[in-house]
Amino acid sequence: MTMIRFCGGLLVAASLTLPTVVFADVTKPECIAPAKPGGGFDVTCRVAQAGLADHFGGPMQVTFMPGGIGAVAYNLFNTTRRDDPNAIVAFSTGSLLNIATGKYGAFTEDDVRFVATAGADFGAVVVRDDSKYTSLDQLMADLGADPAGTVIGAGGSVGSQDWMKAALLIRETGASPMAMRYVAFDGGGDAIAGLLGGSIAVYMGDVGEMVPHLEAGTMRVLAVLAPERLDVPFADIPTAKEQGFDVEWTILRGFYMGKDVSDADYNSWVDAFKTAYGTEEWAKIQNDKGLLPLNLAGEELQASIKTRMDALRTIASEAGLIQ
Amino acid sequence: MGEVLSGLTTGFGVALMPFNLMLVLLGCFAGTLIGALPGLGPINGVAILLPIAYGLGFPPESALILLAGIYYGAEYGGRISSILLNVPGDSGAVMTTLDGHPMALKGEAGRALSLSAVASFVGGTIAVILMTLFGPLLAKFAVTFSPANYVALMVFAFASLASLVGKSTVKTLLGALIGLMLATVGIDSNTGVARFTFGIPDILAGIDFLIVVVGLFGMAELLHLVEQQVTGRLKTLPVDNSFVRWSDLMATKWTILRCSLIGFFIGVLPGTGASVASAVAYGTEKRIAGEGGKNFGTGDIRGLAAPEAANNASAGGAMVPMLTLGIPGSGTTAILLGALLMFNIQPGPLMFAQRPEIAWGLIASMYVGNIALLIINLPLVGLFARMLTIPQHYLTPLIAILAFVGIYSIVGNPFDLFMITWLGIFGWFLRKLDFSLAPVILGFVLGGLFEDNLRRALSISGGDWGILIENWKSVMLYGLALVVVVLPIWLGRRARTLPDSDD
Repeated sequence: MTMIRFCGGLLVAASLTLPTVVFADVTKPECIAPAKPGGGFDVTCRVAQAGLADHFGGPMQVTFMPGGIGAVAYNLFNTTRRDDPNAIVAFSTGSLLNIATGKYGAFTEDDVRFVATAGADFGAVVVRDDSKYTSLDQLMADLGADPAGTVIGAGGSVGSQDWMKAALLIRETGASPMAMRYVAFDGGGDAIAGLLGGSIAVYMGDVGEMVPHLEAGTMRVLAVLAPERLDVPFADIPTAKEQGFDVEWTILRGFYMGKDVSDADYNSWVDAFKTAYGTEEWAKIQNDKGLLPLNLAGEELQASIKTRMDALRTIASEAGLIQ
Repeated sequence: MGEVLSGLTTGFGVALMPFNLMLVLLGCFAGTLIGALPGLGPINGVAILLPIAYGLGFPPESALILLAGIYYGAEYGGRISSILLNVPGDSGAVMTTLDGHPMALKGEAGRALSLSAVASFVGGTIAVILMTLFGPLLAKFAVTFSPANYVALMVFAFASLASLVGKSTVKTLLGALIGLMLATVGIDSNTGVARFTFGIPDILAGIDFLIVVVGLFGMAELLHLVEQQVTGRLKTLPVDNSFVRWSDLMATKWTILRCSLIGFFIGVLPGTGASVASAVAYGTEKRIAGEGGKNFGTGDIRGLAAPEAANNASAGGAMVPMLTLGIPGSGTTAILLGALLMFNIQPGPLMFAQRPEIAWGLIASMYVGNIALLIINLPLVGLFARMLTIPQHYLTPLIAILAFVGIYSIVGNPFDLFMITWLGIFGWFLRKLDFSLAPVILGFVLGGLFEDNLRRALSISGGDWGILIENWKSVMLYGLALVVVVLPIWLGRRARTLPDSDD
């Protein structure tokens, strides 16, 4: 009798301490944001949480797993949670860049299964509203003449995706990214403060975060680094491409799972996203969270990641991030 | 001015609606509890409750009022475990342990809790008043604060801390150096190179501030308690019915006022928060106290009031750039900004014109929230103080559980649990060697900010060190730093020579 009770107690304890018990089917959907609350990964998970709300018959839990710019989560899903069918992990182009430059250790993009995207954001070249630059042309001419003559800032460290946007711009003028004068701030908020306060002349930001500032008229977006023009409220902003500079930076936001998840479980997630993509609700959620539509799931996403990784490796080695 | 008054009228109309009033109270109460738990601070409280507030379908102003209540409630609550357990409840409450805990050891926990509640109230209220009157103006000034100015501010902060705590200057400096070294761990943002990570991915982004605080303070205190218990040197603390006296308030009124201003201005600057504000306030007050400053660190009421007024004022100050410019100055305000965007409200100068009920409702709710916190906190002082009567063999494991659960619940990474354990053992050794732990923490915070901004400034100038002194704001701060260091020495000399000349 006591033995049975003891075992029962053990079972209860086990179910409490291991919320993601590993056996078939998606029973307790969980989205892991590999960062502290409040950032882009948080937003990514919220999109899945709201967009797939009714799909798995239970609410999706959002867990935070900060540590080493996403490396901790990546390692975990390559080791102990490789076959966890319940959890998806948020990633972005920044994570892909970290994989490309080897910051996640020996694991590569082939060690996880990419499930679906939450949406996209695009790079933006931003100056203050009273800046002497009114077009990307003028800025590029100045940078071409003297790459170190203009102070460029962004929210990420050297080698991060924020830095990459600046590096690609400089590369387009023919100069080496190492020649530019780059200031690394601690997040976009600090960098915008630096731009408004005149510490930096150009801010390499993202389109999504510009919405409040566009309306206030304190800053001017010289170009979006998107493949083609975006919808309202960005319809008036030209792309870098149409101004004659081949610079594009798409920030893909999406989810991956462990490598050993069964095809059935993987497909049930992919199908869930594909169903959601078709709804108006999904478009509204994306818009509310400041993301632009870019809906890829399953095979389509895997293929897209492959090409993106190749491109990232090329850019990263050209920029001197990979020896 | 008329605009401010009519705005405030609108705001109070919103904030005093019964439903919103209830949310302010609820938020403040929940925030106090969240802040009091070691490990959980305002940033986690707001982040955890944001989706809940959104999911409940509250109107945006109500949801924001709830979240803001949690924010300053947590800043209030952080002091409780600092005073009672010598374990800071959140990062802004580190300095509160220095004089708060000695007071509790002397059997004055009730006095310390009630005095710090009043100091928090005054700090918070002054911040809201200044925000109401000068918000937009201040925000414009704050963004002109360049990386070079931050370097000067950090030099000033270091200077005001120079003789901070501990009997031995050498040990204080060594402690700060250990903090500086811990701050260098992680990817260097100016080169992208990983420093001192030894291939461990968990510390690629650096060691989290909270981990250092909970480890060095919380775990070390725990080991200290266990050691005392084992050796049988544990004293039972006197049961305590003390309360703040009118004379205490009179004695600290200028301290509270000065520190509220210091805290508010440091809070307005993006990137510097409650921990820097409370440290600078404490250092400044100790300097101003002169000879009387010798009692700081042994349970001086000024040493308790100073950081408490400052950290609550800085919480108010941090809202200024967020509301008026749409720039988050701290982690918590970044989440509040996210909350605004979630409700399709664009923060910034236009918010006051487009959605006055939200902008002013939020500001009015801060007035209400501060009063609510004072009313909630004062009667609970006796209850909190009774925590000390819990026998040590229950209390010690309880602190351990709270610290581990707190750290694990935010980060969810078992590595961090090892990290706080190692840091705790390290902190315990430091205590054995008679080191004070506050300089370590301050070296860690200020060192990180100092290095980042110094290198930013030099990137901007292209390596020319002249940028550090080319601006009047920097020069003024260096001047103040010099005064802070030299003046006490000079005063001390004069005090010594004067009696001599009498002979």
